[in-house]
Parts: sequence; C-alpha cells; structure tokens
Amino acid sequence: MTTTASGKSKADVQDTAQSRERREKKPNRNWAQMIGMTAYYAFLLLPLLWMLSMSFKTNDEILSTRSFIPQTFTLDNYITILSEPDWRNAFAVTLSYVAMNTILTLIVALPAAYAFSRYKFRGDNHLFFWLLTNRMAPGAVFLLPYVELYSSINLFDTPFAVALAHTIFSVPLAIWILEGFMSGIPTAIDETAYVDGYSFQAFFRKIFMPLIGPGIGVAAFFSFLFSWVELLMARTLTASSSKPIVVQLSRSLGADGWDWGVIAAAGVLMILPGALLIYFVRDYLAKGFALGRV
Amino acid sequence: MAKIELVDIAHSYVPGEWAIQDINLTWEDGISSALLGPSGCGKTTLLKIISGLLVPTQGTVLLDGKDVTMLSPQERNIAQVFQFPVVYETLNVFDNLAFPLRNRGRDESYIKQRVNEVAGILELDHVLKKNAQRLGAAEKQRISLGRGIVRESTTAVLFDEPLTVIDPHMKWHLRRKLKEIQQSLELTMIYVTHDQHEALTFAEQVTVMNVGEALQTGAPGELHHSPEAPFVGYFIGSPGMNLFDAQLQGDQVVAGEVQIDVPSDVRDQLEGKQLKVGVRPEFAQLHTSSTPDGLVGTVSAMRMTGNSLIADVNTEQLAFKVRLPETSQIKKGDEVWAVFPPENTVVYANERAVHFDKKGVAA
Amino acid sequence: MKIESNRGWLFLIPALLIMALNAFIPFMTVINYSFQDILPGLDPIWVGLENYVNVLQDPDFRSAFVRQLIFSFVILGIQVPLGILISLGMPKSGWKAVTALIIVGLPLLIPYNVVGIIWRVFTRSDLGLFPLLFEPFGYNYNVGENPVDAYGTVLLMDVWHWTPLIVLLCYSALNAIPDAYYQAARIDGASRWKTFRYIILPRMRNVLTIGILLRFMDSFRIFTEVSLLTGGGPGTTTSFLSDLLVRNAVGSFNFGYAAAMSLIYFYVILIISYVFFIVLTSVGTGEEGQPTAE
Repeated sequence: MTTTASGKSKADVQDTAQSRERREKKPNRNWAQMIGMTAYYAFLLLPLLWMLSMSFKTNDEILSTRSFIPQTFTLDNYITILSEPDWRNAFAVTLSYVAMNTILTLIVALPAAYAFSRYKFRGDNHLFFWLLTNRMAPGAVFLLPYVELYSSINLFDTPFAVALAHTIFSVPLAIWILEGFMSGIPTAIDETAYVDGYSFQAFFRKIFMPLIGPGIGVAAFFSFLFSWVELLMARTLTASSSKPIVVQLSRSLGADGWDWGVIAAAGVLMILPGALLIYFVRDYLAKGFALGRV
Repeated sequence: MAKIELVDIAHSYVPGEWAIQDINLTWEDGISSALLGPSGCGKTTLLKIISGLLVPTQGTVLLDGKDVTMLSPQERNIAQVFQFPVVYETLNVFDNLAFPLRNRGRDESYIKQRVNEVAGILELDHVLKKNAQRLGAAEKQRISLGRGIVRESTTAVLFDEPLTVIDPHMKWHLRRKLKEIQQSLELTMIYVTHDQHEALTFAEQVTVMNVGEALQTGAPGELHHSPEAPFVGYFIGSPGMNLFDAQLQGDQVVAGEVQIDVPSDVRDQLEGKQLKVGVRPEFAQLHTSSTPDGLVGTVSAMRMTGNSLIADVNTEQLAFKVRLPETSQIKKGDEVWAVFPPENTVVYANERAVHFDKKGVAA
Repeated sequence: MKIESNRGWLFLIPALLIMALNAFIPFMTVINYSFQDILPGLDPIWVGLENYVNVLQDPDFRSAFVRQLIFSFVILGIQVPLGILISLGMPKSGWKAVTALIIVGLPLLIPYNVVGIIWRVFTRSDLGLFPLLFEPFGYNYNVGENPVDAYGTVLLMDVWHWTPLIVLLCYSALNAIPDAYYQAARIDGASRWKTFRYIILPRMRNVLTIGILLRFMDSFRIFTEVSLLTGGGPGTTTSFLSDLLVRNAVGSFNFGYAAAMSLIYFYVILIISYVFFIVLTSVGTGEEGQPTAE
C-alpha cells in the first residue's frame, strides 16, 4: 500500500484489482443458505414427482416395488382417463363450473369494486367487511341450506349450482383484489373521460378495463384457482349426472382396492391447468413481485 | 474528517459500457463540495464508490492517503444521506440516532450525551421520544444526517440529492442548516445534485460531470467565469452560456458574424478539431445604436426572470440570449447591436477551452 | 377523491343479489334452524338456545375444539417463521427467481383433494416413498396406525401445502424495500440480524398480517386434505372441527344441532381473527422508546 497521494503506478492499480477479486468471493454462510434452499425446493417437488412417476406405472408395479423410474412405463392410466366417458365427463363438468364461476364472479365483482373504489356511501365499510367475512365461514355451514336451496330451484346436480355456490367465496375476494387495483387509478381519468363525452359503458369498457387489466387477471386467476380446488360444495351439490373430478377421484376407490395408477394420473391432470397457468403468467408474476431491480 | 482522493477511477456496470471514466479528484479535509450534473451523468455511481457501497472496476480510493478501495462504508466511517429519508420505522428519534453507536458497542452514558448533542445541533431535541416514522420528510432527513454525524469518527458525509422529496419551502431552510453544520463542525461533505443552484450555494468546490466524465472542478465563481468545457458553460447559469459552432478560417475562428483573431502559435492547437465559441448571456452587451464590433440583430423575444430581463436576439446567422438589467429600455422588436467582450468569450476545441488573449470580436 | 353518493349502491346490485342468494339467505336459514330441533320425519320444534348449550357442553365438540386450536397455533408457529426464512433465501431476480417462484407456487395451485391424495400415496406404508426414509433408522413409520406419525404427517402436509403462501407474500414485501434502506443499514454498521429486525420485519408487517389471518382462518377450517390422508384417525388424533361439523351436518339426525355448531364455529373464527387483526395492526409503533442497549 502506498502512502503518497496521487501518482500511483499502474502496478499498484493492478495489485488492487487482484485483491478486489479475492475480496469478492462469497463468504461461507451462503453455502448453508444454498443447501437449505435446495432442500426446501426438493421437499416441495418430491411428492409431486412421486405422483408423476406413479402415474406412469401399472397398479401391480405400484403395489410391489418402489422406484422412481417406472420399470414398466405405461400410458394406460392416462388413456383410461381420457377415453372413459366417466372421466371425460368429470373433467368437462369441472371445467364448466370453474369457467362459469370465474366469469360470473368477474361480471358481478367489477361494478361492485368500482362502487367501493369510487364512491363513498353510507355503510360502505361495513358492507365491505361483511363481504370479507363470508370467506371466513366454514363451508360446512352452508351445506344443508345449499342443498335445499338448489333443489328447490331445480339446479341441484348441475354445474350451475356449483358455480353459483362458489361465488360466495370468489366474489368477496375478487372485489377485494379489484378494488385495490382500481384505487390505483386516479379519478381524474374518469372525469376526463366524461368531459370528453364518453358514456359510462364506453368509458368502462374502453378506458378503465384496459387500465386495470392486471387486476382482472389476478382476480380471474384466484377465482379460477379457488373453484378448481374446492371439494366440499362440489361434492355436495352434485350427484350422478354432474360429477366433478373431485368426486370421480373418490369413485376410483374400486372394489379391488384403489386404482392407484389412474388416481395418480388424474391427480397429475388436475395439477396441469394450475401449472400451465403459472408458467404462462410467470412474467406478470415476476413484474408483480418487482423483480429485475438492479 | 478526512482528505479524500480518487485516482484513475473508472466503473462499468455492463461489460463494454463505462458509467464513469478517468476520474481523478481530490477533496481536502473539511471542504464542502458538490458533484453537479444531469441525470445519468454518473454522479451517483461516483458517490457510491466514494462511500464504499460500490467497488470500482478500476482505480483507487484514498482516505488520508490510505487505500480504502476495498473497504466497506462501515470500515471507512463514511456516512451517506439518501434521496429519500431512511429512518428505522419502529424506533423513536433517540434510538435512531443512537443506532450506529449501539452497533459499535459504545456505552449508554456516552451514547446519551452524544445523541443529545447531535439532536441539539439538528434541532431535533424536542422530538427525541417521538416515533421516527411520524415525522415530516425534512425532519427525517435531519435524522439521517444525525446518524451520520453522531459517530465522532465519521470521515465524510455524502449526500445523494437529499432534498428531492422535501417541500420547496423547506428546501432552503434545510440547505442553510446543512451549510451551518458543515461550517461549524468542519465536516467533509460531498453533495450530489442536478440542481446548480443547490450546488453553487452550498459548495466551496464544485465538480461538474457529464456522461461519466468529470469536466471541471473549481469554486463556483471559476466555473461561472471560465468554463473549461462547453457543457459546463451550458449547464451553469440560467440561462446557460450561448454556444455557437465555429470553423477555422485562415487565422480566424469564425462563428456566424463573429470573427476572432487567432495568434499563430494557438492556431495549431485548433487545427482539425471541432470548434465552438461561447459567451454568457450576462456578459454579452446590447446597444441600441450602431457600434464598432457590434453584430446587428433584432430582439425577437423578451422575458422577465427574477430581477433581470432575458432578450432573445437574432442576427442574420446567429441566435443567442442576452441578460439585461431591469431598467433596460430595450423592447421586443428593437434593432440592436450585440457586443461580445473578448475577455468573456471562450473558444473551445474538442470540448476543451483554449486560452489566449483575444482581441476585438468583429462583425 | 371519492364521490359521495348513494349511487354507489347501484353498482353493487349484481353482487348483492348473488351474495344474498348464496350467503345471506342460507345464513339466515342456518340461524333459523339453530334455534330449532329438526328431526327426520317430525315437524321442527322451537328450542331457543338449547342447541347452543348442548354443543358447548358436548365433550366431542370440546375435544375437537381444543385439538383444532392447538393445531392452528402449531401451524402458525411453524409456517410463519419458516415462510419468512425461505423468502429471505429466494433469488432476487433473473431466471432463477422465476423458476423459484414457479416451484414455490405449485403447491398452492393444487386442489385440496389432490393434495390429500398426493400425500396419501407418498406416505402409505405399502406404496409410498416417504416410509422408505425411516427404514435406515429402524423406525416403523405408519400413518394409519401410529398417532404420532399421523399428526406429524398432517403437519408436514400442511406445511408443504401452505408455507409457500407466506413465502410469496413476504417475498413481495421484500422486493419492495428500496436498496437505500439496506445501504443505510450497512453504513450504520447493523448486523444481519439487526438489518432483519429493524428494516425487513417492519416492512413485512402488512403482508404478515394478511398471511397470519389467512392461515389462521384456513387452518381452522381444514378438512379435505386431512380427510383424504388420514380420515381423521387413528381414533380422533387428526379429527379437527370441520370433520366433526361435516359428520354432524351430513350424518346427524338433528340438523338444528349441527346448525348451532356451525354458527359457533363461525363466530369463533370471526372473533379470534378480529383479535389477531387488532394485535397485528397495532404492534411495532414505538412511541415511548426507552434507550435500551440491544
């Protein structure tokens, strides 16, 4: 190290550059962190991979040996699901009520969220809170009333019933999410649009909705998700003609024991929409989490 | 407090692109100084290198002669105040100020005395028990500064555009406070800003930067009178220096109607380079009647700023601004003769000022 | 600024209609039933608060309630610290971050019943991978017969399923902290622990409140996954409140009793959530700080 001020020689500068490299080597504690994180990721993936592997095995193999790689690789389980009418119907039923729930939720939640975001009116906070409490209710509370209700309006055992029933949870959540996004848009935009002569519908459709696009995406995502994973209502409100997958899965508990391969394959198929969804929106996810900061 | 030197500093964030290059600067112990430049000029990068938050790709940082390039900000005992106030939200003002001292294990009686001292200087003594999060932006910045100076071993305090989120009417107040503190405690302070007014009123020594280069360092007056680079002339002053592209013709530098005689020894320095001529609006003169050496033109616009008038003048080939006293009788549309005093006219070759005695600037 | 106008109610009509159908009416129905004895084949009899009293005195209810309470608090005690820890270790940007997000997000997208099935096939003594891990230690791992194994596995499954929620919430908060805060802490000489305590944790407060509330509410209502994994056994080791409620609602012969139970259930959740909410939103505002040597 020199003690003079400026006028350092090139050699001194080179020397510092090398010591800089030494300095920047990662300290030891980052190894512990890496091991810990890897262990966690493995923990998350292991059960999924096991089920995936099981879906490609025959029932005999499942019950006899245990290995990660299937010894007799088979697509039979998937073929069963995709060809057997029971399974196909189950998927169709599930997809239909999930889609209906999502659409219905959005239709209803958008204006409601707009109301909470743009208007102040008597009882608004209380109403908002009441909406949220619905999410706290144990599903079981509503079982019998729902059965009675939907039977009485002849919707029992249809996807409609399930779609409607699911709205009790998805609507409050969608309103909550959308209101958050809407509040981020300054009211000046609404005012400008009116001054420019837009009718309310035109304003909402052409100006407002594109602005809250991500919010609609998030709300739709959660509505879809919630409806896709819900079991109790879906099971209770359907019988023989509209069995969702969740019920079909239980049905595979056949007389000879459980049809494990098919169950595993069905499980994998049920994860697929979620996995695909998250893969396709990964960039939005990243943006939402504010990644890519320097 | 300490003397800070930067030797051959250069930094690149992305291989192939240099954020800053060729930086050789010195700050004497106890000096108040500023790094002035537009956004993206590299001043924040430079500040981080000085404070230790960034290790430069090349070059050395010396503190009182000691090489500290690889040391962390903590090890250099440098304090930094950021663009927006950083306070520890869950602590009250006292605990905020005490934080750096407690981290170093000082005993409580010393901490109490020191915090009270600093709080007094910064006029925070009446809010010591209040939660820091509840205070206004200006007070929070004072807390940030307080954390910087509470350690007696602090070598320098660096400011990264600290007044950015402060209300305009508080800015002046806070700026004055900073200057007071700097002078009374004789701290070395480096202040980064894009606002020339802040820089020129706060600092004894200003470094103007642009596009990663330190163009000129000097006292505010120097920068004003003899800008070494066109950018310095342009950036400092409101409005900035008038700049004209020029060519070498024979033994004259010609820019529009302006002709400057060039002595033969200087001529070689200008050969083959991009030339510019600059004159500040406050030095240019306007006459209402014909004068020798005057360029004839018309006043196309007239503006009032503060206590002077700015006239936009157009000659046949040039357009420039002239600063006139309030009392001037010149009006828009008037025909005028503009004179550029030779001692205040600067010739630039490849963005560097070329100094020589200039004689009459002719029309 | 919000418009003060009762016109806001207009936008809420669709949402209110749906919620009235799905939430309000059924809820009123349940309240109505709770005050009556409803036995099959007989007319309903008004009994006032008798059902409520019976529920609160029912030893089955009490023991299930205690089990549920313990379970939820254990869950919170594990998932919150673990979630925070993991979020600190996630990559901050780039493809690594996106991959980590996908892996961590997967368990959240899986239908609850599939979660139960995944863990069932993962841990069954005859065909699961998990039991193999215990063999070198000579431990006979059996979810069906050993209460400790059953409870532990249920915990593990829930941690697997839901810790990612806390991770993602904390991660988003983490990425919102500007660099300047970390830099200031470095300059002030703060250790890693102090940086965590005074900079990171305060800024996680909002998301942690959401996370803790959600996890409490959901863990208190847990049903499907546990039902599929252990069926509530062995014995009543893993029978929590929802299990009891469903058995009563679906299989009991006095729906009034079940109605009362479900309402008590709901109000317990509401009250405890509210308490959590108050506590969490007032913590951490140190007005009168004593100079303490940390």
